[in-house]
Amino acid sequence: MIIIITNLNTGTETSARADKRAFDELRNLKIEAGVLERADGSAYLEIGGNKVLAAVYGPRELFVRRLMQPNRAVLRCKYNMAPFSVDDRKRPGPDRRSVEISKITSEALSPAVFLEKFPRSTIDVYIEVLEAEGGTRCAGITAASVALADAGIPMRDMVVACAAGKSEGKVVLDLSEIEDKEGEADLPIALMPRTGEITLLQMDGHLTEEEFEKALDLAIVGCKKISEEQKKAIKNRYGD
Amino acid sequence: MIFVEDKEIVIPGDILSDEEYHSGRGTFKENDKVCSSLVGLVAIRDKKISVIPLQSKYIPKRGDVVIGEVTDIRFSMWNLDINSPYSGFLPASDVFGKEKRELNRTFDVGDVLFLRVVDVDEVKKVKLGLKGRGLGKFRGGILINITPTKVPRLIGKKGSMINMIKDETRCEVIVGQNGVVWVKGEPAMERVAEKVINMIEEQAHTSGLTDRVREMLGKLLGLEPEESEAESELEESELEESELEESELEESELEESELEESEEPGESEESKEDEMELIQK
Repeated sequence: MIIIITNLNTGTETSARADKRAFDELRNLKIEAGVLERADGSAYLEIGGNKVLAAVYGPRELFVRRLMQPNRAVLRCKYNMAPFSVDDRKRPGPDRRSVEISKITSEALSPAVFLEKFPRSTIDVYIEVLEAEGGTRCAGITAASVALADAGIPMRDMVVACAAGKSEGKVVLDLSEIEDKEGEADLPIALMPRTGEITLLQMDGHLTEEEFEKALDLAIVGCKKISEEQKKAIKNRYGD
Repeated sequence: MIFVEDKEIVIPGDILSDEEYHSGRGTFKENDKVCSSLVGLVAIRDKKISVIPLQSKYIPKRGDVVIGEVTDIRFSMWNLDINSPYSGFLPASDVFGKEKRELNRTFDVGDVLFLRVVDVDEVKKVKLGLKGRGLGKFRGGILINITPTKVPRLIGKKGSMINMIKDETRCEVIVGQNGVVWVKGEPAMERVAEKVINMIEEQAHTSGLTDRVREMLGKLLGLEPEESEAESELEESELEESELEESELEESELEESELEESEEPGESEESKEDEMELIQK
């Protein structure tokens, strides 16, 4: 493929980013629903260099009595990174980071799911990161919500997640790995696009009040774009 | 004001209509708007709007007939897996009456039973019973799992689909409302029936299914469809009506299952008698 570079030395914002994206441009996105045979619902998502697989089981019987809720289902999430997902081999098994992401994923998805329809049961969500390139928690949440819909679990809305941040002095959308590591700030959010309710808001680094507002607005715009892809993925599964 | 068409595929969070419509199954109301909570097909009936799910789990309901597998034997009851978030139990007293007997002699772990849901209490304990025509233990045969919402589609209008499979494969077929299907016949025929049932599950949301099923059956059995033209046309018109039969789940399902039972005195009835003999010994 011949790549014609048009915006070299043009001084526009597009050349400011390492991967030549505009400040409000997402990486290439691909979502597919229903990729796994054995799971009740599943989704595969690629955004830039990220490759994420999400599987949903349930609602099913909960055997851990102490976790059981008499009035609603519990949403258990497990985020896991494959040993080969990063440049240096990642030691397999849960660590502090993946435990945190599992927790925030569950909390980001719970408000959207009608958990009260399945008392005393559990819905299990497994997120496997096959390849990581910055923004895996957002990719995981986005994929998990497609998998939940695919599993036929009643939801108020499809949760979607996207990050914004600050890199080389500029507020940018959908941080890549380099921008995340070397940038000044990272702001991942998850929201329910119909109502605009935010279900996850985290921040790492420093932003001024102005920059924060700008980054938040940018992330919301990004979420809405990704949300369209989510909807398409579900509809494509049933050959619409 | 309505924003969707009948039979359109919707996803969770889609706005279906404003307050002039009532919110039916698979939908919820928010700020005077009716929204979908599921991935499914829209069904509009008068002023009621509902969404028929394409994928779901079985939630036990009193009066349903289900197929369950014994997973555990306790002091005075059997525990059964009924392909649902809630496991069921069958009290020994329901089978033996007041007599005391060894439970594992009657039904052992792994046995497959055809049962009725007697009661579901507020803590979601599912009480099962064996009283009724055709209920009892299955001998041999294979089990096929389908999505519970697709059960009415598999049965078809007045049992048209299921009867076609039965006639063509000469298998006995019993469908539980929990989406478990039991098939018994010649091994080759069982496989044919399995393939056909899986195809129905995959394509349940499309139209003209009965004809494709007949075609597939013909191909798999290596014979030409016997039905005359006139008959197949009739089937088609029936099908058009049955397209959204799914929306009338409650009534049709119950009705069909009654039909199932009364039509299936064969194997299950025999096994029931066997069980009774066993119990009386």
